[in-house]
Amino acid sequence: MQPPLLGADSDPMISVEHVTKSYGPYTAVNDVSFEAAAGEITGFLGPNGAGKSTTMRIMVGLTPATSGRVTLNGREYHDIPNPGRHVGILLDASAQHAGRTGREILTIGAMTMGLPSARVDEMLATVGLTESESRRRLRDYSLGMKQRLGIAHALLGDPEMLILDEPANGLDPAGIRWMRGLLRGYADRGGSVVLSSHLLHEVELVADRMILIGNGRIVASGDRAELLRLGGGAATVARADDPVALTTALDAERIAHRTEGQLVHVFAPPVEVGRLAVRHQVALVELRAQQDGLEDLFLTLTESDAREPLEGAHS
Amino acid sequence: MNPVSMLDHRHAPGIDMPRVASTPREDPIPFGRLVKVELRKSFDTRSGRWLLGAITGGTALVMALMVVVGIIDDQAFGLTDFMQAANFLPMGLLLPVLGVLSVTGEWGQRTNMVTFTLEPRRSRIAAAKLSTGVLMALGAAVIAPTVGIVSLAAFDLAGGAASWEFSAQALGGFALLQLIGVLTGFAFGMLVLNTPAAIVSYFAFSFLLPTIFMGAASLWRWAESLRPWIDFDYVQEPMLNGTLDVDWRQFATTTALWFVMPVVLGARRLVRAEIK
Repeated sequence: MQPPLLGADSDPMISVEHVTKSYGPYTAVNDVSFEAAAGEITGFLGPNGAGKSTTMRIMVGLTPATSGRVTLNGREYHDIPNPGRHVGILLDASAQHAGRTGREILTIGAMTMGLPSARVDEMLATVGLTESESRRRLRDYSLGMKQRLGIAHALLGDPEMLILDEPANGLDPAGIRWMRGLLRGYADRGGSVVLSSHLLHEVELVADRMILIGNGRIVASGDRAELLRLGGGAATVARADDPVALTTALDAERIAHRTEGQLVHVFAPPVEVGRLAVRHQVALVELRAQQDGLEDLFLTLTESDAREPLEGAHS
Repeated sequence: MNPVSMLDHRHAPGIDMPRVASTPREDPIPFGRLVKVELRKSFDTRSGRWLLGAITGGTALVMALMVVVGIIDDQAFGLTDFMQAANFLPMGLLLPVLGVLSVTGEWGQRTNMVTFTLEPRRSRIAAAKLSTGVLMALGAAVIAPTVGIVSLAAFDLAGGAASWEFSAQALGGFALLQLIGVLTGFAFGMLVLNTPAAIVSYFAFSFLLPTIFMGAASLWRWAESLRPWIDFDYVQEPMLNGTLDVDWRQFATTTALWFVMPVVLGARRLVRAEIK
């Protein structure tokens, strides 16, 4: 079988279809669907515990989904014969034997994939780990060095797709910029990247598309401009005489919202919030359209669904 | 493949990402390669080398002690005696630990994430680890008689009452014992997936159960007649004494009960476990 042409068209390379994962009564991932195209970087954004990592583990077959399926270039992960040659994965840079050297960790990966040992040196150079650093044991690595090693490991097999969970975690600002360049170059050459983060600014600058996830559900997706329109056009700040009555009413009508001190940020246009207040007989003290950008949308959408809303937090 | 589009570096200034030139992408990972990788993983850490060194060095040490004690105490020894000692300590004790660690080590260090994404057909990894265990047991069955012959020669030269009689049966029995030890440890590793718990449950199993069987057999008649069919220690006794004079039907039932069943249940657990 011939490997597919890279970057030849924009058919989705990674396709997540209605994936749900339940642990008893708790639903960690709830009907998540998205696609990541060739040549694009897809940012997977959400607060900690929103279901990003679980979704990514499901994508690569480490966690069985309760329902739904994931295809990577048309195949499920466990049907790919030598998956390291197709999908580069970094789920947790610390999940390596602390007593192995960086070089040994890459050597084991290269051996398993059937790659020449010269590939190890190439990847060490690519991520900027020096010869002497490569001979240190992992327990002596900083988190930033572990992340670089993890990225080298993901790139070993020269894959068409990358799945990276919080790859910027532990990198310094220069390291984050370096990784942006690396991933941009990779995507521009036809590769497909899915990377997760709980920090918007890490992803905003590099991702072509963003998927916002909160409490296991996708709450919004699109490119930067689309998300900004979504936020600018639809978000409202409201203050009620009785804040609890307002949030109860919003909950009852299933409208996403986030409480910040006395203010309630609502993911709906002001007119709808006004009508809702009338229907539920909540006296509003303040009602206005929200002017903030992406960050507020991100917080509004994801935190309204979070298990512990940041009641009373001030920014 | 379209190497031209992938060679374009316009947007990644200063970052060189070389391609893999020629090796095929669609070939499955050959089983032999998986075994080779698993073997390497048991040697490439300090703890792994320590354990293997302790098994080899411990064998030499125990046998050297036997030479000294044998001469001082004026005893008669044959090769079987030396191998019996090596089986008692360190091999019978540490080879099962090796089997346990080949699985639980991956859970403890969380390398299982990488292992099972590079080869998602987990049963192949289990089979590769099992094969590595077989190779280790065979290695032990080479090291023990080799060190044993050297020790016996030293004993002989030092004027000890050395007997050079030796049977291939003794060697076969010894190899089989080590194999059962490593692989049962491996099975417990898969069942429990946690190093300390797996080691404790393995030793509870291998020391406690035979004692219980023995006690029960001395109390009740039915237990006495049942014992040869379920007590692995009782059945393996001849192998310890350097013969293969084993009731193979009883060997089959005890092996099925205490080795095959744990392997099957353990492999099921390994294949289904969620890896975090």
